[in-house]
Amino acid sequence: MTAKILIIAEHDGSKLNPSTARCVTCACALPEAQITVVVCAAEAAAVAAQVAQLAGVGRVLTLEHPANAHALAAVQAPQVVAIAAPFTHVLGPSTTFGKDLMARVAALLDAPQVSDIMAIESPTRFRRPVYAGNAILTVEASGEGKVVGTVRTASFEAAAGGGSAPIEKAAVEVALPTHTRFVSVSAARSDRPDLQSAARVISGGRALGSAEGFKLLYSLADKLGAAVGASRAAVDAGYAPNEMQVGQTGKIIAPELYVAIGISGAIQHLTGIKDARTIVAINKDSEAPIFEVADIGLVGDLFQIVPEIERLL
Amino acid sequence: MKRILVGIKRVVDYNVRIRVKPDGSGVVTDGVKMSINPFDEIALEEALRIKERGGAEEVVVATIGPAETQQQLRTALAMGADRALHVQADGIVEPLVAARALLKLVEREQPLLVILGKQAIDDDNGQTGQVLAALWNRPQATYASKLELKDGTARVTREVDAGLETLEVDLPAVITTDLRLNEPRYVKLPDIMKAKKKPLETLTLSALGVQQRQQLKVVRFEPPPQRQKGIKVRDAAELVDALKKKGLL
Repeated sequence: MTAKILIIAEHDGSKLNPSTARCVTCACALPEAQITVVVCAAEAAAVAAQVAQLAGVGRVLTLEHPANAHALAAVQAPQVVAIAAPFTHVLGPSTTFGKDLMARVAALLDAPQVSDIMAIESPTRFRRPVYAGNAILTVEASGEGKVVGTVRTASFEAAAGGGSAPIEKAAVEVALPTHTRFVSVSAARSDRPDLQSAARVISGGRALGSAEGFKLLYSLADKLGAAVGASRAAVDAGYAPNEMQVGQTGKIIAPELYVAIGISGAIQHLTGIKDARTIVAINKDSEAPIFEVADIGLVGDLFQIVPEIERLL
Repeated sequence: MKRILVGIKRVVDYNVRIRVKPDGSGVVTDGVKMSINPFDEIALEEALRIKERGGAEEVVVATIGPAETQQQLRTALAMGADRALHVQADGIVEPLVAARALLKLVEREQPLLVILGKQAIDDDNGQTGQVLAALWNRPQATYASKLELKDGTARVTREVDAGLETLEVDLPAVITTDLRLNEPRYVKLPDIMKAKKKPLETLTLSALGVQQRQQLKVVRFEPPPQRQKGIKVRDAAELVDALKKKGLL
């Protein structure tokens, strides 16, 4: 059976989000995968050109419409559904973009959605984490009709470049709702690497004590070329913005190096870092659960240790 | 009547250490503390605050699940919901089935707002709100951290990967809650007593005309792979050395 996969690209209007390249790798695990990626945008050319370079992509479709200037699930879903007929699988990343959109797509297709796919065992059999990653569930779809899925991006490497897929314009005749309107987005612009795709991540917890305390981490992160994350406790306390939260309800990441500083290691946080290659924990409490998963642990006062590490680099 | 419908799910409590059954058929739930899904508690709290500000006249809480789920409905009534709807259903209720049942309740109750948690902490699917909004052909605003109602619209701040996004949606709409929307209130003893007298109606999926079907069969549950026990270092210098040895610096 040939798997015909439609992947919904995530982008900001000009730049392709790295999550899409990870979806491509996931899709490549399906037998005889024929991969189409669709770019919904007001002007799709720039993003489509980036998608076309991903190895494994067979075709890029663009759906251009002024209403696609901002990604709104209620607006994108009917367009995706309108082109979905030939496909066996419809995939998107398990990011806030993909989670918001794909379930709406699944509903309109009357198809089951497999959330957070971490492995594909067959065209109908998938593995996914449940209970905050405390159990791994294997599910089987009937094989009739389509399967919609969100891809747990931390489980897949990004597809390589070097491809040259053809780009085609798609046209759909669907009424787009006007009941949902984009107002604004406030994103802290940072020169640091993107948290979700960074090779090195330095994260802080409530023990940092203040937003001021986080500056210690920013300084170390800049020296290491690392992204900065935070525990839920630190975000709730206002020390760091919500987009830095790592964990079950924040970002799920898989860096080469994860340094948890002043993070006790609640199970919901550990869910977000399970796939990190190497976990380093620095905490003054030697009993903190973070040490159970850390490859390298250091018990001590972070306010002394962190500046010292920086000096030693 | 200006009404808010809140969906809740009974789940294994947030603090319980999850164990997979030896036969792989599920996780151990016998004798385990069960609670309202934390995100649903936030949904209910938000509905109650809207009502207390005069933005709604009635808060109706609904669940789809086995008979025991009524315990969580009573808790929701004690928190302040005006009445409860229990749709009796056994086995795994997939998001599409839950959303179809909720849609039937929406048609009956005509709420101006449906508020749900963004995901249940057991199956971590995170789909029901979006599926309901799609079937209902109404707006969705997921991962809400702030919600303001004004002149037939809702202005919703959403926690997205890039930061905070604000959407304006026409009502009625489906909102799903994120952690920082509010802090749910504690239930007081007199309220638990009062809740016993509040109306709780029991329905069934079949009476609502919703088919209980499972599109994704459970093959097996497994415990996650364990990480190997690591090493401890004594100071910053040893840590830097260890990282260099691993080729990480």
